[in-house]
Formats: sequence, C-alpha cells, structure tokens
Amino acid sequence: MKNIFKISYLIILLLAGTSQVTAAEKVELLKTDWSFKGLFGKFDRGSLQRGYQVYTEVCASCHSMKYVSYRNLFEPGGPEFSEDQAKAIAANFEVTDGPNSDGEMFTRPAKLSDKFVMPFANVKAAQAANGGAYPPDMSVLAKARSGGVDYIYSVLLGYEDPPSGVTLEDGVYYNKYMYGNNIKMSEPLSDGLVEYSDGTIASKEQMAKDVTTFLMWTAEPHLEARHKMGFKAILYLIILTVLVYFSMKKIWSGIESEV
Amino acid sequence: MSDHEYVPKSKFGKWFNDRLPLLTLASHLTDYPTPKNLNYWWTFGGILSFCLIIQIVTGLTLAMHYIAHADLAFESVEHIMRDVNYGWLIRYVHANGASMFFLAVYIHIFRSLFYGSYKSPREIIWIIGIIIYLLMMAAAFMGYVLPWGQMSFWGATVITNLFSAIPLVGEGIVNWLWGGYSVDNPTLTRFFTLHYLIPFLILGLVVLHIWALHIPGNNNPVGIDVKKPSKDTVPFHPYIVIKDAFALLMFMIVFAFFVFYSPNILGHADNYIEANPMVTPAHIVPEWYLLPFYAILRSVPDKLMGVVAMLSAILILAALPWLDTSKIRSAVFRPLYKQFYWILLADVLILGYVGAMPAEGLYLLIARVATAYYFIHFLMILPILGFKEKTIPLPLSITEPVLGGFPNAAIVKKRENLD
Repeated sequence: MKNIFKISYLIILLLAGTSQVTAAEKVELLKTDWSFKGLFGKFDRGSLQRGYQVYTEVCASCHSMKYVSYRNLFEPGGPEFSEDQAKAIAANFEVTDGPNSDGEMFTRPAKLSDKFVMPFANVKAAQAANGGAYPPDMSVLAKARSGGVDYIYSVLLGYEDPPSGVTLEDGVYYNKYMYGNNIKMSEPLSDGLVEYSDGTIASKEQMAKDVTTFLMWTAEPHLEARHKMGFKAILYLIILTVLVYFSMKKIWSGIESEV
Repeated sequence: MSDHEYVPKSKFGKWFNDRLPLLTLASHLTDYPTPKNLNYWWTFGGILSFCLIIQIVTGLTLAMHYIAHADLAFESVEHIMRDVNYGWLIRYVHANGASMFFLAVYIHIFRSLFYGSYKSPREIIWIIGIIIYLLMMAAAFMGYVLPWGQMSFWGATVITNLFSAIPLVGEGIVNWLWGGYSVDNPTLTRFFTLHYLIPFLILGLVVLHIWALHIPGNNNPVGIDVKKPSKDTVPFHPYIVIKDAFALLMFMIVFAFFVFYSPNILGHADNYIEANPMVTPAHIVPEWYLLPFYAILRSVPDKLMGVVAMLSAILILAALPWLDTSKIRSAVFRPLYKQFYWILLADVLILGYVGAMPAEGLYLLIARVATAYYFIHFLMILPILGFKEKTIPLPLSITEPVLGGFPNAAIVKKRENLD
C-alpha cells in the first residue's frame, strides 16, 4: 500500500512538473475569480448573457466566431437565452444562401442552425480593414493563448501609455500583457460602453470579465457537462477502487505475501 | 507453460479445442504462474494494455468524424468538440490518453531498468518492447499533427526536416515524406493513414511481447529465477488479475482528473490556432514525452550528428542486454548500480526539462552535460560496473525476502555462513 502512494505521488509530481515547464509566464497576469474553475465550476448565466452583449456590440465588428451557432445560445450549459430570444438574435443577421431554383444566390435572415455571421468575407478582407492585422477568430481564443482566460482578461485591461523611450508606429498600441507589448487593436473597452439590461454597472472590469467568461464558454461549450460528469466518474472510480482493494485483500489473504 | 495438459470438459469444447486450441490458450492465461512477490511497478503492463485499447477505441470513434484535409481538419476537430455527442469526452480521452500511455510506458521501462528485466533470458521481450516504444513515438507524433493546429504544422515541419540532414539524399527524402515541397495536405493524409495503421502494428507486437514473456515467465523484484509453478508463484487469475485491476483503477482516477478537470494542461495553447504556414510560433516544442530526445537533438551543434545522437539514444536501449555485463538482475543486490540508476533517472528528467526551454546559455550547457552522461551511463558505466561491482549475495528463493519486502540482511548473512 505504501508503494501505491509513492507511485501516485511520483505521477502527480512528474505531471505537475512538466505542465509548469510549458506554462512559463513572464508578466504576472491579472487574476479575478472565475465561476467556472474548480471541481463544480459552472458558468454564471448572467455573466454569459452580458458577455454575449459585449461580444456582439463591441468585438463582433472585427472578430469572427465561426464555430459557434445561434442555436448554441439557448442550449443548456451556455448563456441559456430562451429559444425565442436566440431566434430573434439570429434574425438580426443576414446570411447569403443559395443557389435557389433560379440558380441565384440570395440573402435571408439567419436561422438558429446558422453559424455566427462573420464580420468580413475572408481573412484578406479582415486584414485590409484592420491595418494588416487579422483580428483572430474568437471561437477557441480562450484555449489558444497560454494563460487562457487570465491572459485575455489582462490584455483587455492592460492598455497603458508606453513607457518613456518606447515609440509606437501609427495604429499600434501599448499593452502591458500582450506578447511583445505591441497590439494593433485599440483599447476596446471603456466604462459605460454598453448598457446592461439587467442593471449591472458596465465598468471596464465588469465588461472584461463578462466577455472573457463568454469566450471561455465558446471555447468549451460543454465545460459544465464535463465537470458534472467528471465528479460522478471520479466518485464512481474511487468507490470501485475501495471495493476492489478489499476484494484483493480477501483473495490474497491465503497467500504469504504483501499486496 | 503449465505442466498439465488442459482437457476441455464438454464434448464440443474438446472437438473445437482439437482444431483450434483457444481453450488451451485461455487455460494457460488463467493458470499462468506468476511470482507472488511482484510489486506495484509490475502492474503497468496491464495498464499499458488498457491504454492501447482505449486509444484504439477512442481513435476509431474520432476517425468517424474527423476529416483528414488541410482545409477541413481543424474545423472537423471543433465539430467533434461541439456537435458530436460526447465528442469532447472522446477527444479529451484520446489526447490525454496519449500522455497517460507514455507516462505508463516510462514507468514500465524504468521498472525494467531497475530490476534488470531485460537480461537473459528476456532479451527478446525487451527488444520487442523497444520497437513498440519507437512505434508509439511515431504514432503520437503523427497524431499530434492531425488537428492541424500551429504546433501540429510546425512540429511536423521541424521533425520531418530532420531527414534533410542525411547527406546527398536528405532533401529528396524530405520531399518524398511531405509529398510536395512543404508540409501540406498530402502530408496530412499520409500521416492520418499511418496514425491509423501503427496502433494495430503495436497491438500485434504486444501479442508477441506477452508471448515472449510467457516463455520464461515474469522477472520479479528479487530478480532470481523462480520454479513454476511452485509455492513461489500464484496463478494469474484471480491473484494478479485483481491486483492489476486495483492498480488500473488508481491509474484511471489520475487519468480522469486530467480528462475532466484539466484536459488541455498537457497540450500547447498554440495548437488551438489553425495551422498557418506564414506564421511561425515563437517556440516550437514537442509534446512532453518527447522532450528528453528533443534536448539531445538540440545539444549537438551539427544537424546530422544531432539526429544521429537522438536516434542512438533510443536504439542504444536495444543493445542494453549486452551492454549491462552484470549477471545480477535486480538493483536491490547491486548497491552501485542502484546509485547510477537514480542518477540516470534524474538525468532523463533534466533532459526533459531543458528540452522545453530555449536552447541557449545555461540550458544548452546543461543539455550537453546531460546528453553526454546519458551515453556514458550506457556505454561506459554499465559495461564496467558488471565486472567491478561487489554485489550483495542473492537469496535462494523469493520466499525468503518476500515477507519483509526487501531481502533480510540477517538471513542472507546466515546463509552465507552456512555455505
């Protein structure tokens, strides 16, 4: 039994060691408490809905979200708008469909089954409109940056005047947390930029937190299901392990040897 | 190899077994005499079989939804994560399963190193094991390319480019591997094909690995031969089955923590950015389980020699049964070897660490020293140690030390005096 603890200890030590190696950070990122972390972590519905509002009113003019569908907005584990709300949201957007029976392409309002409509037709168009920089697709952004949500939250709040001696080109901004400190996106958030319908005060920090929560959900839409299942699976495994341990002791009791 | 001939009870069983002795095989596997002093380090063989099965089953399921095309691969993975029922679970089990597989195989290999399981008469088991390990690395590398993220693309570019170090034909070989002049769609489709094939090759080799094992039977912590069957052994079922099951469950708990609570911690964030041949990531690093070899590769200033060093570091293991000149198997009775064993383990962990760091300054120096030591261990220390080392006398049977876990010095002494 002592050996098992030794083995498990070594395993955890080894894996913890390797994971830290890859997550070497230079600047200490801003921290806030995320409701979705931890064994029972869940998204804060209000925050997700507000986050969607920030995304759609602020980010979506440049950043696409091509892997997310309007139907996801009412599915369990997400912002959980009502189906009618999600339909209404979708109907605000125009998509090109076709060809119809005359062989013509046509536009129609988006449906629940459509993916989020992209602000630009393609990457080149996006670059052309943004001074050569491509605003990254935001679907999996929260998983695509080392530091994850903390990094995104920090970048959103990390705009400052460049330190003396640093000169920036036109259309480049200084950000304390951005890799290389140069960012081509102007500061996107300012206090009161959006008006939350639930009465929450739209401070910069609040909006950053809400939109980052929303991005975590778009990157991991099944996070809540995963946490729920994980708890059950591990509990089940622990109980089974205990039962098997005692069975093993019983079976080996006739043998002059240690297990 | 049980001594008594197995005879099926039913008439049909007998008829069938005379034509295809599957029942004899089942009986052999059930009765297989196993040393009763095996510790938990011996449970990783069973755990590895489990890992292989899990990878094959989840892999088959993923292949039903994955699209091996440079323009669609990344999107199809997102489709699996979002829209396929429990697709996220299957993919996270598969991705973390690779890490768990390597974790288990490293423990399995280092167990073998500690207890001298590679020595006569088990050389063939060991060599098959090394081939399996090589195939595992190939499968894991190609599997990491399939999501077609940034690290997939650039990892594939770096690793395939190693072949260009071969004089004269290098460039040609690289173009042949790529199916073009850069890593692109033809590379992806062939990697997918091979990634699908290799696990079944591994499965076949695992059968040979176990077959070869069942000829001499298991080594054990004391490292001496045991009579089979005897009071030193227990039948595989139920004794080893239940013990392996217990260890496997412990392993699965660790596995589950990764899958459910930090499924991306062992991967690289850049792999969630779709492959872009125009943008090179700041640091290109392989998966953690390849880092020690990556460190060896980078510690040699010459590209060709770096590749040679990296390959030698793996292939040298195949020669281990002959490089280790000691007749004593278990490190328990080899006080000096035991020290060198721990140094080697530390050396490999250090190599893994510096492999993840940029190859410059102090890191590079450490990598070079550690690389040199790795080869010195196998090429100089082990051959010499067999002749120079004063070993502790072996007990006559495993029953003697089995009660205390380790050989009782007093008993060993007494026996020495009696002799």
